[in-house]
Amino acid sequence: VEVRPAGPGAAPAAGDLVTAPQPVWRVSVDPDNCIGSGICAGLAPKLFTLVDGVSEPVEPAIAPDPAAIDAAESCPVEAIAVRDAADGHLVAPEG
Amino acid sequence: MTDTRLYPFSDPDRLNLDPLYARLRREEPVVRVQLPYGEEAWLATRYHDVKIVLGDPRFSRAASIGRDEPRTSPRPVATGILSMDPPDHSRLRRLVAKAFTARRVEGLRPATAAIATELIDAMEADGPPADLVEAFSTPLPVRVICRLLGVPPSDQHLFRKWSEAIVSTTSLSPETVMEYMGSLHAYMAGLIAQRREEPTDDLIGALVQARDEDNDRLSEQEMVNLAAGLLAAGHETTVTQISNFVYVLLTHPDQLAVLRSRPELVPGAVEELLRYVPLGAAAAFPRYATEDLELSGVRIRAGEPVIAAMSSANRDVTVFDRPDEVDVTRGAGPHIGFGHGVHHCLGAQLARMELQVALAALLERLPELALAVDEKELEWKSGLLVRGLRRLPVTW
Repeated sequence: VEVRPAGPGAAPAAGDLVTAPQPVWRVSVDPDNCIGSGICAGLAPKLFTLVDGVSEPVEPAIAPDPAAIDAAESCPVEAIAVRDAADGHLVAPEG
Repeated sequence: MTDTRLYPFSDPDRLNLDPLYARLRREEPVVRVQLPYGEEAWLATRYHDVKIVLGDPRFSRAASIGRDEPRTSPRPVATGILSMDPPDHSRLRRLVAKAFTARRVEGLRPATAAIATELIDAMEADGPPADLVEAFSTPLPVRVICRLLGVPPSDQHLFRKWSEAIVSTTSLSPETVMEYMGSLHAYMAGLIAQRREEPTDDLIGALVQARDEDNDRLSEQEMVNLAAGLLAAGHETTVTQISNFVYVLLTHPDQLAVLRSRPELVPGAVEELLRYVPLGAAAAFPRYATEDLELSGVRIRAGEPVIAAMSSANRDVTVFDRPDEVDVTRGAGPHIGFGHGVHHCLGAQLARMELQVALAALLERLPELALAVDEKELEWKSGLLVRGLRRLPVTW
């Protein structure tokens, strides 16, 4: 299979795969650190839910969503980590 | 439709919660109330209902804009970030949240402890008695927030007066509130202009940088409001709570004795006092339902305001054993002394650290600390959103 460089000028030819695989983020909450402030579940209710007062991701793997970054950046104890599933690098929070 | 009660149920009596809350939690958990100003509202008193009102996205603060918001002050309080919903709210909160994380706040602990030591040194040098409000409870958090924001401590005398405007209900006239808020905002705008000329690595410097890098993240007005809000909030809350906590301990000698013999209990004691002490003079800042829903079987219609009684929630017997007793050995429970949901106190971790440092220092350095006057002679502030002592005369 010939790999073509992406970008301008590299127009796909018939039969090429034109849709890159969708990136996936992994969302986790450290239950020992979580103080149950409810900030994440309030601002991203589709992504986080409180179980017995502690936050949990609704789904551990999600399509990239700015609300996940908002939640990780707003957590007062930095208990939320959002990682790129492909290479594991930390998307949020910033150090 | 149930009867409508006037709210607050009574004038604040020191740190005592009106006994009506306990009866309502049992018998009538969601009631109609009329505040001194604004439209009628629902009042939720049970822990789980209060958490829903504060945490569930079906309730909105932004929807209060343009409504005759139920309130205890004649003029609607300009609440800035507290009148926003996600994602607008998240955009602003993210910019400042970083400075208040547990990790960043831990970095301020040694400096905070040094301030506490210095203040107690000065108290000892002057000798007893002293007014703890003036000598300790006020300067400690004020110096810390000034340092964090990058506000010159030499200007403290200015904004200390102005910051009352943010918690005043009737203590100041509406005109004075406007005047002080104007002065506070003008002062902050000046400080921001200075940071543009000479960048700094404090929080105001960071906000200026964030705004100048990307205009969409923060408008000039939002930045001024945010900085003024942080400064004032840093003045009026922890300042008040340090004295309130010391007052509770001095009037509960058994609890004080436990803490003195087991200082490792201080962090847990701070959590217990956050639960037990009703900082708010009354519940405030209604959330508007954005769709029809039920709370404890009571139908709330879309567009209706609901007030969450956090102090009542913290005394809910279904969550806390012996809720009306202060017990420093109880440990950290799921109290909502800092609220819940997206508006959970931004400064919570900072306040926790300051309260821990303050209590630990007082217990260690002044083992004979006691009230210098009869408890009945203590003067409490009035006409504010918060309950607090005007003076706390102590001896040691």
